[in-house]
Amino acid sequence: MMHLKETELCLGLPGGGGHNQEEPLKITGKRGFSETTHLKLNFVQPNESSSSSSDVSKDTTTTLYVKSPPAKAQVVGWPPVRNHRKNVIGGKRKTEEARLVKVSMDGAPYLRKVDLKMYKSYQQLSDALANMFCSFTTGNDGRQGMMTELMKESRLMDLLNSSEYVPSYEDKDGDWMLVGDVPWQMFVDSCKRLRIMKGSDAIGLAPRAMEKCRNS
Amino acid sequence: MTDDRSEMSEDDAGDGTAARSRNSAAGDYFIPYPDQVLENVLENVLVFLKSRRDRNAVSLVCKSWYRAEAYTRSDVFIGNCYAVAPRRVTQRFRRVRSVTIKGRPRFADFGLVPRDWGAHFSPWVSTMAIAYRSLEKIHLKRMSVTDDDLAVIAHSFPTFKELILVCCEGFGTSGLAVVVSDCRRLRVLELIEDDVSDDEVDWISCFPVDIPTNLESLTFDCVESPINFDSLEKLVARSPFLKKLRLNRYISIAQLYRLIIRAPQLTHLGTGSFSPPEQQQQQQQQQNDNNRDSDFVSAFAACRGIVCLSGFREISPEYLPAIVPVCANLTSLNLSYANIDAEQLKPVIRHCHKLQVFWVLDSICDEGLQAVGATCKDLRELRVFPIDATENAEVPVSDVGLLAISLGCRKLRSILYFCQQMTNAAVIAMSKNCPDLVVFRLCIIDRYRPDHVTGEPMDEGFGAIVKNCKKLTRLAVSGLLTDRAFSYIGQYGKLVRTLSVAFNGESDIGLKYILEGCTNLQKLEIRDSPFGDSALWSGLHHFYNMRFVWMSSCRVTRQGCTNVARQLPRLVVEVFRGDGVEGGERGDFVDTLYMYRSLDGPRADAPHYVNIL
Repeated sequence: MMHLKETELCLGLPGGGGHNQEEPLKITGKRGFSETTHLKLNFVQPNESSSSSSDVSKDTTTTLYVKSPPAKAQVVGWPPVRNHRKNVIGGKRKTEEARLVKVSMDGAPYLRKVDLKMYKSYQQLSDALANMFCSFTTGNDGRQGMMTELMKESRLMDLLNSSEYVPSYEDKDGDWMLVGDVPWQMFVDSCKRLRIMKGSDAIGLAPRAMEKCRNS
Repeated sequence: MTDDRSEMSEDDAGDGTAARSRNSAAGDYFIPYPDQVLENVLENVLVFLKSRRDRNAVSLVCKSWYRAEAYTRSDVFIGNCYAVAPRRVTQRFRRVRSVTIKGRPRFADFGLVPRDWGAHFSPWVSTMAIAYRSLEKIHLKRMSVTDDDLAVIAHSFPTFKELILVCCEGFGTSGLAVVVSDCRRLRVLELIEDDVSDDEVDWISCFPVDIPTNLESLTFDCVESPINFDSLEKLVARSPFLKKLRLNRYISIAQLYRLIIRAPQLTHLGTGSFSPPEQQQQQQQQQNDNNRDSDFVSAFAACRGIVCLSGFREISPEYLPAIVPVCANLTSLNLSYANIDAEQLKPVIRHCHKLQVFWVLDSICDEGLQAVGATCKDLRELRVFPIDATENAEVPVSDVGLLAISLGCRKLRSILYFCQQMTNAAVIAMSKNCPDLVVFRLCIIDRYRPDHVTGEPMDEGFGAIVKNCKKLTRLAVSGLLTDRAFSYIGQYGKLVRTLSVAFNGESDIGLKYILEGCTNLQKLEIRDSPFGDSALWSGLHHFYNMRFVWMSSCRVTRQGCTNVARQLPRLVVEVFRGDGVEGGERGDFVDTLYMYRSLDGPRADAPHYVNIL
């Protein structure tokens, strides 16, 4: 558990203020700076690192840790380098952390992408989707306008109860399932893309979803 | 590269205190229609007045001059989008061609502000859509812009010409598609360090086809999605006025070549990835390498006009020498995404005699900086970014590189320098060798680090900077600093408008020195420093003159902030937690304090976790 503590982010005050580095470290919560956490893992015992590494790199990590003065807890936003730069420099792209899926809505002019790792529950996802698809112009297409109204007034999940629009997703096996049937984490792991479809198209989905749950 | 140019920070449109008018003495005489004649004359003169500061002064003379100035102001600059409501701006300035608005505080760039904090462009664009039918230019920094907003721009301003978005987010390629297809007069589209969502819309193909465009500048190097190269090539071919083209990393060097041979008139070029596409790297490494190199070299040689070069997003360093033909004319070179070492830099930099702006990664080491100092005698701006932005990393630039730059580049005006260790001696030397410094930003990544040779705090170094660089307006400090450093800044930093402090200082007196001494201070951003309520209180006389104050992870309490808010009713005092959790406090202290004066009271769009005191 000690190892875990060392990976937590800390916004502790500097030493002179009476607080010291031994103050209970707190998790500051996700800000999308998963890179910071990722980098931090390199400073602690090698067995904390989630990626499989060779013995050589493990040794390097330990050596680095021992040589340099006691590593200060990594702090959010320090050093002040924009995230954009951190991601792109050296050709490394840290996209392996994100869980991007496409979201389409029947009749909507725009396709979106969401990072499922940014949400912790169906409710959060539903809020985010509602916001996203809410912002379409109520322009020439009257049908779009109606959809926008729907998005504004009700949660996406509530639409399950209405016959109008239904959120569905394509899973690893290529099957289209109803959103909300499986535990959140299972959904995140298996979802390949999202589609908010018209209710009439979704009728065939429910039984198969239940079958899958029974079989898994 | 327009990041953080030190602009005139005087407020304008929103300055209600400037709106008070003095009665003219015209009522003492009787001259037929005196005001009208005067106003007409004045308007004709004022049209030529561009400087914001001068315009503000003009508007204070009397009501008549206030009106004339408002009537003739065509460029409006809003330094803080919450300082004034959109309607107040559109009601005062009726004939506006160009609008510049800045939103989020700068520390948002480093993750210290939750995503949905605010700075929405929507209320601005919907107000302007009605009031400013002749609007031609919109320039936004750190604003939330939606695809809908972009659609409003495209459909509300028939003569719209220039869209510049810096550090913005909230929109995607869908919105871009609407802008490029419907803004028929578009001349400038610059997307700089924005977060553009990939809606899988082929926006490049949405420019009107089969007719020449008016495009003079197209910048999309921050767009992280593939581009339809065929459309892009055709677009460049039918854009005879195109001078500035900045590509994203999805454009390979072979594609770059095809573009620049079609556009030899380019003056500003962002090269894209500057490497071959991956398949080619494996297959054709040996084949035709010589031929290809000479092709690239001659392509660049044909672009006689290039003065500004950037990009190199995924550079294959062996291709770098291809740019040598244009080096002699280069005034600006941005290699800050290029992981190259000193040996790879030297053959190129030694030709860059005219270079004035240079952005680079610390991978070039002190040795690379020495080469820069040896050649670039005209250098005005240098930025050295860390390739590995973690503490205790091996950062290969240090006081040695800084000294070399100060010795070689005497005309230096602006520097941003990341390092792990520094000495007072090197900073003092720079203060003496480069007296023209206007911007000095030193970031010693290893926090609380003293002079690594003497073990002293970095007080004397920064003290020398404020003392010797008499034109200094922007300063960022780092390393181990005591109250003494701040006493120097307060004593000598009379022109300083922007000050950034992080993990520095000993006690409240440090901040008191600043607030009492820096009479021109406009923007103050402090994080993780031991400044508390009594220090904050000492700035009461000055807060109305500032654009904003930011203090995060310091020692101010809710009560202290409330006291300030009570004393200064026009000041909006926001308290929130950087992680978006309710409450605003972390332990006994406020997590983040962000305050700014506003003519129109607290904003209505604050999210639930922001407390406005």
